[in-house]
Amino acid sequence: MSEAQAPLHHRFHLNMGPQHPSTHGVLRVILEMDGEYVLNPQPVLGYGHRMQEKMAEARAWPGFYPNTARMDYAGALHYNHGYCALIERLAGIEVPPRAEYIRVITSELNRIASHLLWYGALLLDLGAFTPILYTFDDREQILDILEDITGSRLTYCYFRAGGVSRDIDDKFVERTRAFITRLRSRFPMLEKLVNGNVIFLKRVEGVGIIDKDMCQRYGATGPVARGAGVPYDVRRAEPYSVYPEFDFEIPVGENGDSLDRFLVRFKEMEQSLRIIEQALDRLPDGPVMAKVPKKLKLSPGDVSFAVEAARGELTYYLISDGTEVPYRMRIRVPSYSNLSVLPELCHGMLLSDLVAAMGSLDLVIPEIDR
Amino acid sequence: MSKKGYFTELYVGGKSLLVGLGVTFKACLQPIVTVQYPREKLDITPNYRGHIELRRDPESGECPCIVCGMCARACPSGCITVEGEKKEGEKGKTLTVFALDFTRCSLCGTCVETCPKGAIDFSQDYNIAGFTREEFHYDLIRRLEERG
Repeated sequence: MSEAQAPLHHRFHLNMGPQHPSTHGVLRVILEMDGEYVLNPQPVLGYGHRMQEKMAEARAWPGFYPNTARMDYAGALHYNHGYCALIERLAGIEVPPRAEYIRVITSELNRIASHLLWYGALLLDLGAFTPILYTFDDREQILDILEDITGSRLTYCYFRAGGVSRDIDDKFVERTRAFITRLRSRFPMLEKLVNGNVIFLKRVEGVGIIDKDMCQRYGATGPVARGAGVPYDVRRAEPYSVYPEFDFEIPVGENGDSLDRFLVRFKEMEQSLRIIEQALDRLPDGPVMAKVPKKLKLSPGDVSFAVEAARGELTYYLISDGTEVPYRMRIRVPSYSNLSVLPELCHGMLLSDLVAAMGSLDLVIPEIDR
Repeated sequence: MSKKGYFTELYVGGKSLLVGLGVTFKACLQPIVTVQYPREKLDITPNYRGHIELRRDPESGECPCIVCGMCARACPSGCITVEGEKKEGEKGKTLTVFALDFTRCSLCGTCVETCPKGAIDFSQDYNIAGFTREEFHYDLIRRLEERG
């Protein structure tokens, strides 16, 4: 029966969230259903709105450091990185090479931690409980390494305009190398357990196909765009920090279905390991903090800076009127654009497929609401 | 679907399930990775950033705070209150109040970084719980004296 012919009394509204386990945060999706089929899913945002942009406009710029980590709790260091690099670009601060290397190493560790979290969570959504226990075990190792160096486990406040707040030591290098070996030895296990599993493949193959055109129309970035075959990665397209010095690949998918997005992230973890390995080999000596005046007035003008966060392109845009307090701060987060494909993507889908498709988008809700 | 395709899929699928089961079985025989938290505790890294704490100068044994108020101004959430008074016969001000409102602190560490005398440090407390807000309004001078 086509949609137009379906009797209206078969249709009903279903609220998914704000406390639904598969939305991972306070996202509410109003689903217009026809039996088991989703006709029109409409996300409702704002339950976790904390006016982060406004907060940035109400305090001197160093006061925004801790806020950056609280937007995306799974990949906080990328948010730290974007903000510090933005201030550096505006003030013309030169960052010491050692600090840049530390930034890259810790950022990539954070990316892996974020992908491991998503990996377990997606499979949890699909009904597989075991994988999350394994990925959390690995993720825990990263958190321990990062805790030792940054002082916190999740909402890091580690980067500063001009460098990083604490130097790394030999213990960090040793532990990170041990972790690289460990994670590489775990990949075959995860591949056996999940990537080849027939139930998993049936749930994600051909489900939620996003093509290149759709990515462009909605501004989807990160693994969502790369899964659709768009080789767009800010680390390559608009290189920042010391990323041009490293040799790494950008994995892309072919069909743009949930499985492709899954595999892109899975391969990205290996690429991040490669970057970390190269950075550890070439880690230069020297200071980790540039000389930054204690009271730094932002020069008038506007500036933007984009980094590749775990979920896609993150852009900070700042307009300054010459005082310490930013006049306007705008933050472009990847999950917002990635979520906006949902109504078109999931039209006519089975409810259980919607959960799989939404899980493959890797949404972090506090980042959308910010 | 052809009959042959059906059986091939059944075989491949069944095998993948058994392989997955094998992974789980292997994990059963491996050592336990979790810690039975309230009964067992992991050592916390000395670099852990808890709430702030006043510290003593290892040489003089006194808190080197000079009541400049840099930490209170640097704090993005305004959770530090520092007051001092001028005492006769002493150089500079003496610290009388150093209060931390931990309910608003986001543990960024800017106060520790701006302190010109290194008078503040991070504590190692991490399992803090309480029933009222007031329990998190710390009097850091008293805590310093209690630690001896």
